[in-house]
Amino acid sequence: MAQTGPVGNTNNSIEVTGLHKGFGDLPVLWDLDLELGWGEFLALFGANGSGKTTLLRALAGQARPDSGSIRIAGFDTRRRPAAARRQVGVVAHSAFLYEDLTCRENLTFYGRLYSVENLKGRIEEVLELVGLNRRADRRVRSLSHGMQKRLAIARAILHQPSLLLLDEPESGLDRDSVASLAELLREWTASGRSVVMTTHNVDLGLAWSSRVAVMSNGRLDFDGAGDYLGVGS
Amino acid sequence: MRMLRPMAALVWKDLLLELRSRDIVVSALVFGFLVVVVFNFALKVSPERVAELAPGILWVAFAFAGTLAMSRAFVREREQGGLEGLLLAPVSRDAIFLGKALVSFLFMLVIEAALLPVFAILLNFTSFTLTLAGAILLATLGFATVGTLFSAIAVQTRSREVMLPVLFFPIILPVLIGAVEVTGAAVGSGPETGVVTRWLPLLAVFDAVFLVICPWIFSIIVEE
Repeated sequence: MAQTGPVGNTNNSIEVTGLHKGFGDLPVLWDLDLELGWGEFLALFGANGSGKTTLLRALAGQARPDSGSIRIAGFDTRRRPAAARRQVGVVAHSAFLYEDLTCRENLTFYGRLYSVENLKGRIEEVLELVGLNRRADRRVRSLSHGMQKRLAIARAILHQPSLLLLDEPESGLDRDSVASLAELLREWTASGRSVVMTTHNVDLGLAWSSRVAVMSNGRLDFDGAGDYLGVGS
Repeated sequence: MRMLRPMAALVWKDLLLELRSRDIVVSALVFGFLVVVVFNFALKVSPERVAELAPGILWVAFAFAGTLAMSRAFVREREQGGLEGLLLAPVSRDAIFLGKALVSFLFMLVIEAALLPVFAILLNFTSFTLTLAGAILLATLGFATVGTLFSAIAVQTRSREVMLPVLFFPIILPVLIGAVEVTGAAVGSGPETGVVTRWLPLLAVFDAVFLVICPWIFSIIVEE
């Protein structure tokens, strides 16, 4: 059930209307509408090339829509791009981390970019959350792929965004890390914040999410509760 | 003030990374040193010809070493996905550009400060004046600003090592000519007053124009 959002008095964390996005002559997103309430967890399924990642990039402000509008926590991504980006945390395939900096230094850098208050304390908090507090002063290049992914999650939640965008976050994580991530996301949505996650792992997507959408040819072919797919957890 | 915080964060991060890897300043410095040495032997610079040849040699060394440093300005961001991470942050593209340009400016000043004593010893050059310092500061600021922009453009192309100087030098040529002219006047190879009063303000104008236009172009080219 949708809860009161953590930002302002807007009803939805995401409001997408008539979104079109193409690369050259190739349409990738086609007249796409989407609303996501506070506290909702949307799992996005779809074949490769169906437009999942492009949709996440558009929501994150990384891909400019050809037409249509996107509002994140009430902020229009065209008119108030910085305010919209402030509301979003992204875990993508690339970790956006500097390999020659330590975990703590990477988080310090991003924390300063996001003007995070009480940064030192917040860094300790997120490192503890992803289980990297004992490796805080190790350089990123010395971490395993899974640990780098956990640090990327810490980076994404450092500024306490109201919307988390996750592109196949489970890839590269071991079972314990996947379980920790599930717990973190459960608490995240329980606090009224929202999550959009793409994944090819149907079981995991259905188990974690409160809502499921299936993308095909740049459109949402199905949008509803996972139970309707007949393969609910 | 809103731009200063992200700019300071970028400078801190890039200085830290450079202290760890030393791949920009050291390589540019070695290259600049070799340029000075080669010119010194190739042109057989006698004490009588120092004033005539020194400005050109100095700025060729600075320009080549600087171009090498510029070519790396965005490579690390690109290779490690940092540029996308930067663009996700709620900071203006201007602040990102100016932060990177400030880092390039500082790196170039370090390179130039290290090359000048070598230059002075090899060419027996002693004409260090405030005018020369002003020319170096102003020309380096313009060089770093334009170089940072073209580094951001070139890093998105496959042949970035070739693209950077090809795109960059035609644009920066007026700054280099101005720098050589002022340096020549400062070391006594030309009429000082007229040249300095004409070229120093012109260098400042170039810098002002570049500092306005380059962040604007940067914000356009990084949108996807």
